[in-house]
Amino acid sequence: MKQSLLVKLSRINKIYHTGEIALQALKDISLEVRKGEFVAIIGASGSGKSTLMNIIGLLDHPTSGKYELDGQDSSHLKEDTLAQIRNKKIGFVFQSFNLLPRTTAMDNVAIPLIYAGLSRSERMDRAKQALEQVGLDDKLASHPNQLSGGQQQRVAIARALVNNPGIILADEPTGNLDTKSGSEIMRIFERFHKLGKTIIMITHEDDIAKHAKRVIRMKDGQIWTS
Amino acid sequence: MDILETAQSALTAILANRMRSFLTILGIVIGVTSVILLISLVSGLKTYITSQIEGLGSNLLIVIPGRIGGARSPGGIQANRLVYSDAVNLRNNLSDEAQVSAAIQRNVTLKFGNKTDKGAAVFGVEANYWKIITIKLTEGRFFRQSEQQSSKKMAVIGPTVKINLFGEGKALGQTIDVAGQKYTVIGILGPRGAVFGIDFDNSIYIPFQTAQRQFGIDRLNTIYISAGSADNVKDVQNKAISLLQKRLSEDEFTVQTQEQTLSIISQVTGVLTAALGGIAAISLIVGGIGIMNIMLVSVTERTREIGLRKAVGAKSKDIRNQFLIEAVVLSGLGGIIGIILGIGISLIIGRFFTTTVPLWSVALSFGFSMLVGVIFGVAPAIRAAKLDPIEALRHE
Ligand SMILES: Nc1ncnc2c1ncn2[C@@H]1O[C@H](COP(=O)(O)OP(=O)(O)OP(=O)(O)O)[C@@H](O)[C@H]1O
Ligand SMILES: [Mg+2]
Repeated sequence: MKQSLLVKLSRINKIYHTGEIALQALKDISLEVRKGEFVAIIGASGSGKSTLMNIIGLLDHPTSGKYELDGQDSSHLKEDTLAQIRNKKIGFVFQSFNLLPRTTAMDNVAIPLIYAGLSRSERMDRAKQALEQVGLDDKLASHPNQLSGGQQQRVAIARALVNNPGIILADEPTGNLDTKSGSEIMRIFERFHKLGKTIIMITHEDDIAKHAKRVIRMKDGQIWTS
Repeated sequence: MDILETAQSALTAILANRMRSFLTILGIVIGVTSVILLISLVSGLKTYITSQIEGLGSNLLIVIPGRIGGARSPGGIQANRLVYSDAVNLRNNLSDEAQVSAAIQRNVTLKFGNKTDKGAAVFGVEANYWKIITIKLTEGRFFRQSEQQSSKKMAVIGPTVKINLFGEGKALGQTIDVAGQKYTVIGILGPRGAVFGIDFDNSIYIPFQTAQRQFGIDRLNTIYISAGSADNVKDVQNKAISLLQKRLSEDEFTVQTQEQTLSIISQVTGVLTAALGGIAAISLIVGGIGIMNIMLVSVTERTREIGLRKAVGAKSKDIRNQFLIEAVVLSGLGGIIGIILGIGISLIIGRFFTTTVPLWSVALSFGFSMLVGVIFGVAPAIRAAKLDPIEALRHE
């Protein structure tokens, strides 16, 4: 049985205007991702991967085209509504981790739950669980600067998962990591994929992309093979 | 996350950056400290003057030359036309309960042996002055009416004079030199204190006629009247005014009740408080600018944090509130430190000079410092709330 559509992009264009120059970062992108898929987007630097990811993640608006997330058209939603949807449905993992300094792993992981309106004790419970899931139950009170890059990225993954989103968007999650830590992260992604999470991951490297079940190649703002 | 929790985490952030936070709130601290301190000084002064004036005697009225509250101030261009016959007129025509004493005053040098007391005030008063003004004797007695009228050279001296001329020695019965003439000390007064640097205790009291004769003065400085009872004060005032108006024009004298004197003091301290409060408010505003400055820096430094928070679901208002509350916590902290410092310093000063810290000044300055946090925190908070999450996340 086919899983239902989670992400549906139809003829998405994104044009950046810098002064006089207009740059088309995305050209007529149409893409569908079903629930439970593990997709890798691969392509050269500047090919538009992050731009695409930001649109899928509701951080950015396409210049034209239609984007439906979980059956909901996102084009006319207000900023606050978008923030709410991001909070509930999307977990972000960034290349540069984006953990708050001087903040414990647990508090970092709990940030999305603040905006979900949970009480402090609930937040702490769930943050702890999420950190256990990425194997960091011994680092709850550690600050980011006391953790290795791989550990920091696992904290970031815990943060992405903590509010139980349907989809995880990872923009070059292994870009700042050595091969060993990188494959650790991939093992975690594979595990969550098996648990039914939808994962869309950007990468430069074929080695990393091969962990995904489907690979999308981008070039000059267009999709090549899917 | 409710306000309290946000405030708590703001406090954590503030304490993580102790030095910078302290320098930031220094302006607020100084502003609040000075508000508390200045108000405590002024209201202490007011309390003190009030108690001094009330201590003078109940139901007191004073007649002074010139007009208070009119175009011309007392002792101004207007010549003093108040004379002894005005006091006699009042004494003869006011109700029997009322006591009246004329008074003249000179500043002279007092001598005893090789000791001198420069700038002591000599009051020429009548024998019933002591029934009008409450002053306690520690030794001896006041002069009697017969002694006053026969111009006896007798003096009742204040405690400062006693110390200056006699030290620990015996004063009663000694002869002192008052501007060249010899007076016998018959009484020594208890201490009354000083207001505005005027030492009431550095003064002597001599019979009115004696003073008039020695100094050749016929104009009065003051006529003291006791109304006898509180109910009589208003009547006595009206009667005194109409009696005096038979000879004097209305701007040549003022009959003032204690209540009116106190209200003038109130007005003066009110103006003083407002002026000092204004100055302190300016320093609070300067402090507010300091907070705005550091909050803007903080927004820039934490751009990525803002981006991240927005990406994971923070609404604009969540970010705005976070920074606004941080600014208010910062300024409120400055307010609390300022209040503690202000009260502390005013307690120390209170050992030498009356100070009182009214509750309203604490509430006012705390409220004002919070307000400063809100006013100057709004702009940085709005800037933070407006940041675009992608741009913010890309910020180096
Ligand atoms: N805010 C922006 N303003 C103008 N141009 C932009 C902006 N963001 C991206 N671009 C341009 O759009 C194109 C696609 O950028 P994007 O960041 O999506 O590339 P990418 O595939 O993620 O590259 P990389 O692998 O280096 O991360 C690039 O040419 C980039 O310069
Ligand atoms: Mg990119």
